[in-house]
Amino acid sequence: MTSEFDAIVIGGGHNGLVNGAYLARAGLRTLILERRELVGGAAITEELRPGFKFTTFSYALSLLRPDIVHELDLVRHGFMPLLMPSSFCPMDNGDSLVMGQDRGENIREIARHSQRDADAYDQYRHDVEMVVRAVKPLFDKAPPNLTDLSPEGLAEMADLAAHLRGVDTGVLHNLVRLLTGSAADFLDDYFESEILKGWLSSSGIIGTKVGPMSQGSGLVLLFHSMGEHDGHFGSWAFHKGGNGGFTQVLARAAEAFGAEIKLRAEVERVITANGRATGVALADGTELAAKVVVSAADPRRTFTTFVDPRELPADLVDNLRRYRYQGTSSKVNFALDGLPAYPSLGDRADMFRGFTNVAPSMEYLERAFDEAKYGWYSTKPYIDAAIQSTIDPDMAPPGQHVMSCFVHYTPYELKGGDWAKEREHMADNVQNTLESHFPGFSDLVLQREIVTPLDIEQVAGLPEGNIFHGEFLAPQMYFFRPAPGWNQYRTPIEGYYQCGSGTHPGGCVSGGPGKLASQRILADLTR
Amino acid sequence: MVHRSPFHDRVAAANETSLWSHWSGHLVVEKYQMAEKWEYVAIRNAAGAFDSSPLYKYRVAGPDAERFLGGVLTRDIRTCAPGQAHYTIWCDERGHVNEDGVVFRHSADEFLLTAAEPNLAYFRDLIGHERVEITEVTDEIGTLAIQGPRSHAILSRLAPAVSALGYFEHTPAKLGASAVTISRTGYTGDLGYEVLCDAPDAGAVWDAIFEAGAPHGLIPFGQIALLMARIEAGLLLIHVDFDASRLAENDEHRSTPVELGLSWMLKGVDDDSRPFIGRRAIRRELADGTSRWKMMGLMVDPFDYDAKYTAAGMAPPKDHIPVHEDMMVYDGDARRVGYATSFMYSPVLQRHIALARIRPELAVPGARVNLEFTINHRYVQVAADVVRNPMFAPARKTAAMNGAES
Repeated sequence: MTSEFDAIVIGGGHNGLVNGAYLARAGLRTLILERRELVGGAAITEELRPGFKFTTFSYALSLLRPDIVHELDLVRHGFMPLLMPSSFCPMDNGDSLVMGQDRGENIREIARHSQRDADAYDQYRHDVEMVVRAVKPLFDKAPPNLTDLSPEGLAEMADLAAHLRGVDTGVLHNLVRLLTGSAADFLDDYFESEILKGWLSSSGIIGTKVGPMSQGSGLVLLFHSMGEHDGHFGSWAFHKGGNGGFTQVLARAAEAFGAEIKLRAEVERVITANGRATGVALADGTELAAKVVVSAADPRRTFTTFVDPRELPADLVDNLRRYRYQGTSSKVNFALDGLPAYPSLGDRADMFRGFTNVAPSMEYLERAFDEAKYGWYSTKPYIDAAIQSTIDPDMAPPGQHVMSCFVHYTPYELKGGDWAKEREHMADNVQNTLESHFPGFSDLVLQREIVTPLDIEQVAGLPEGNIFHGEFLAPQMYFFRPAPGWNQYRTPIEGYYQCGSGTHPGGCVSGGPGKLASQRILADLTR
Repeated sequence: MVHRSPFHDRVAAANETSLWSHWSGHLVVEKYQMAEKWEYVAIRNAAGAFDSSPLYKYRVAGPDAERFLGGVLTRDIRTCAPGQAHYTIWCDERGHVNEDGVVFRHSADEFLLTAAEPNLAYFRDLIGHERVEITEVTDEIGTLAIQGPRSHAILSRLAPAVSALGYFEHTPAKLGASAVTISRTGYTGDLGYEVLCDAPDAGAVWDAIFEAGAPHGLIPFGQIALLMARIEAGLLLIHVDFDASRLAENDEHRSTPVELGLSWMLKGVDDDSRPFIGRRAIRRELADGTSRWKMMGLMVDPFDYDAKYTAAGMAPPKDHIPVHEDMMVYDGDARRVGYATSFMYSPVLQRHIALARIRPELAVPGARVNLEFTINHRYVQVAADVVRNPMFAPARKTAAMNGAES
């Protein structure tokens, strides 16, 4: 075995690329291994039809940490987030809620649905933003390790306590309400309008098997508010060329710092000797040595596929067995021959420049969840759609469009059915729902790509198709992500680290886990 | 009553905000849509159209036109061949900049000069025995700038000749039945073109361009988006980044070409066959090193910026709307070493940026200075890097477009 690398990163998804870029930037000879023929993991763009670019899985630049943009010099490598200036919520009665960039206009639009809510909207945004700002320093820092009673470990706990003591009591209370309660309870305090609550509560269910009325949906709502685009909290952007465009930028940055990226290099196992990682073995038999091995994969693969779980502490293995994936999200992506029409808005098209949120009420979402609770996919699904070619003309030929549809709920495990048989019918539910809001929609469809949780698992490698490498449930966040005692990117095997979305702060294209893991690795190396 | 541009009917129909302002006596649009940032994104990501008809335009023609302009303009007009254009300035005899503009050369003895301010009397008074005639043609010409990465794809379908245009070249062309001039110029620092047409043809030209451009994401953009793009592009704005020397109150409000970062225009300044107004003073300035400033770019340190605001209990604002007011620049010892004249948050650079005059010894890329902000009603200094202008210069701006698909 030759040892030409200081560090090997398993997985060229966004966190693996971020981690590898930071390690290379610190001077480590770094190799990033990607199983597939392209980097990006679940953040890729594929031209499935000439001129039509599909964001197969992840579809927006949601929670990317702004520091990473600067520290990795991403602008130089083509980083280009594009404003999504509107949010469009169609309603069952043909009316709609269209939110834009002008505060006064937004207030008037909400007032059409509820005068009271129009006034409450600013207060809601302010209150959530204050919570986001209080949480941000914790989000962007490795959490303390509850089992670490060393002076350093206790100091980390003391820092956390000091930070929380500095937070305004009202803000702290809102934080706890969001972390422990339901999105519905939180939103009911402010609003009465069904369409407004349908829209706002949608971010409380994304990627997670909860309904807006479930305890825990508040946490998911807060998590999705942690995004930051050009100084606006909770604001999402679209990267030029889709998220595949973004991961290509990351790859160029990593290579510019000296990292090497090897494609079609599937890792079979991490090689260990005397409780220490010494390298990796590829599926083709190649063995590569390195002082540090980092897994950007999810906890299941990190701890039970790449290494022998019998080498790990029993409590960790137990906790990982309990760690919940249960993916419930699908994608149905369309190539369209033109823009859909929404009858009550006439020939307006500006509302398509952001997300189209098909969730006419919280109850609609909760009923969609009910079917998933009992093991089936929603008859009337929640759809978070984006006609990305209206934002970036490079996504489709002139005059034609691509439409990405994120779909809830579609449980990985179907009770008495399987996805091979149900996939087309699930996509039909999506298309029919769109047709009901946009008459003539189906006539525009040139092509349809269906991505079920099973496809997410088989193609992107995410177990049970969970887009976050494990659910956003309080027992598997912060101190406990992915397991108590192992929330600081280390593993029980010395020299073997984790940097995927199964570590703090979690999923979404944030880069946070990749960056924070690199800090842990570099600190350990200088010990 | 305020004058309407030749494109006014189309502009008015497209203006969703009813926000108008006045520019050179013309009614112009601040922003067409509620989100001016969306218009800016179009310039950088798709294509945008800007009605720049209010610019003053002068036809300069006659057997001695070149000799006349050679004596007035700071940049050597002899190097501007027919079919080319120059961004140029004109100075006074003390070597202070009066104004800037673009001069298009149509033939050996015919030029079109654009200017932000009225200059007819100024230029006419400078005619000595040269056989040259200067005519104002501002109202006769409509100018529509098509800017952004898709601008070539849009215009080349209508007028294939644009594909051969290099940066700052122009060509006659036909858009439908209208005879136009298309130049590869603009005020955005991106790939872009300007279409000059006879005023009566303006509506037809607009319609043809938008019919071809809409599928590419072409939208009209207003002044706010334009003024955002031009800061990134390092392009100066009169009354903001400099003042005309002939109308200035004192030397604090005057600048030399070197001080404005325009030394590159001075090629051949020692060549005696090129006597232009201000040359002697400029040569003296260069020889004696008396320049007070140099116009540079500033990029604010994002970590220091965020830290200063966060420490003050505020969310760090990232406002893309340009600020056209003086902001002081200090060195590490709190000595004033310059001042910024234009400031904004640049979405495409993801940084706060400024155009700033810096003392010559610190006007080197990589120098660290501090820019003064007001945070919580107190002056606070934030670290910034001195950088070269333009801060945003994509390869497509000057790339050959022959055979390019889009």
